[in-house]
Amino acid sequence: MSTETLEQAIVKESEPLLSKRRRKFVTDPLDDDNPVTLQVLGICSALAVTVKMQPTLVMAIAVTLVIIFSNLIISLMRTLIPNRVRIIVQLAVVATLVTLVSEVLKAYAFDMYKVLGAYVGLIITNCIVMGRLEAFALANKPYDSILDGLGSGLGYSWIILAIAFFRELLGSGSIFDFKIFAAVGWDSFTTNGLMVDPIGAFMILGLIIWVQRTKNGYVEH
Amino acid sequence: MRQSNAYVLIFTAVMTIILGGLLSLASVGLKPAQTLQVELDTKKKILGAVMDISSLKTGEEVLAVYQKRFSSTVIDINGKPVEKDAKGNPLVAEKIDIQKNHKVSKDQRNYPVFMFLDENDTSKVISYVFPMFGSGLWDWISGYMALDSDLNTIKGVAFDHKSETPGLGARITDAEIQQRYVGKQIFDGSGKLVSVMMVKGETGKAQDEHHVDGMSGATLTAKGVNVMLENYLSSYTEFIKKQKSESGQSALAF
Repeated sequence: MSTETLEQAIVKESEPLLSKRRRKFVTDPLDDDNPVTLQVLGICSALAVTVKMQPTLVMAIAVTLVIIFSNLIISLMRTLIPNRVRIIVQLAVVATLVTLVSEVLKAYAFDMYKVLGAYVGLIITNCIVMGRLEAFALANKPYDSILDGLGSGLGYSWIILAIAFFRELLGSGSIFDFKIFAAVGWDSFTTNGLMVDPIGAFMILGLIIWVQRTKNGYVEH
Repeated sequence: MRQSNAYVLIFTAVMTIILGGLLSLASVGLKPAQTLQVELDTKKKILGAVMDISSLKTGEEVLAVYQKRFSSTVIDINGKPVEKDAKGNPLVAEKIDIQKNHKVSKDQRNYPVFMFLDENDTSKVISYVFPMFGSGLWDWISGYMALDSDLNTIKGVAFDHKSETPGLGARITDAEIQQRYVGKQIFDGSGKLVSVMMVKGETGKAQDEHHVDGMSGATLTAKGVNVMLENYLSSYTEFIKKQKSESGQSALAF
């Protein structure tokens, strides 16, 4: 409760919808505070679903929606949730949202449902979702929580899409199932089996973290 | 107040009811769309074995073509038609879950057969589609094999899998791989079932009428496919023989 009163004192009544402080909620997780590369959360799905671009995109959208809506719901209920059972309340909300996503996919995007299968259900255990609820939504207002969820969702999305881009390009020779090397006339392009394996995702993720840390001047404490 | 046991109990109870109700509503509301998707998926696979379905854009088109061009029946291992399941309910070939069916011993299974009819004369069968099921390297694989009206030459196959390695075993769903089966024969000259084997290694060379080129790096998936084809084609052999002798007789009658 203390954080909330503190914030109310600082924030003026007429704060613009996208003030500098609020913009930071969205932009921070994209680079400086990325959930995957800096906080090293959500690695499991970053390895599992990134073989091809298309399922990765669906997964990215699903995770982003789940983070935004669970953040919003928990933030709306934050003054009602008893502290002793808050984790199970968060879990129940996340599980409900994920089940809804899974059911909707099954009804309207059956091919994607078959590809993603168990991984949609595993969004429940994606630490990014619970992490944002614990760290942000429980102590902040609904609108800020939505922005925070959007930021974390986009931060997760661009990383897994980047991994999927290189994995599909080098592992299958295609982008969104479009045979790119065959299209430019390079028929003899040999696909790399390592990229199809989860090991390929680890290597690309490692390279992304390396580039990011060099650029941002990260120092190990 | 927010920490008292009574509050916690009431809060969790109310939350459970709301969330549970929401999920039940979604489940009931989406059920028809989901059933339709599963049905569409099955029919797409059956159609995919006999024709190019890329021109059929919407689900309605697929269902319309299926309705017009297909009839179906269910047979047992002796090739006799089965009309009712163990509980006495009428059997519908399209509704048979081939995965569940696979768990029953071979001679107890119900085998659906789908018949692709001539566009103008719906009493004439152009090809027969046989569903099959087996194990790949990591999980299940399944397939639909379409035979020409001679019940020997393969018209097309459509394979599916749960979790074969993308780029390796998962290639069995690629049109390029499935194309390799077209025109192959499942019986030898003396009428004995020999099935069609995928060879080890990818040579890029043409194979004889009982073999197809392999998939590099996916020998175990290929083995699974070979076992599945052999296993199910042998179960359908009695039906095929009956069908052949019947068509022979009707040809004589003319």
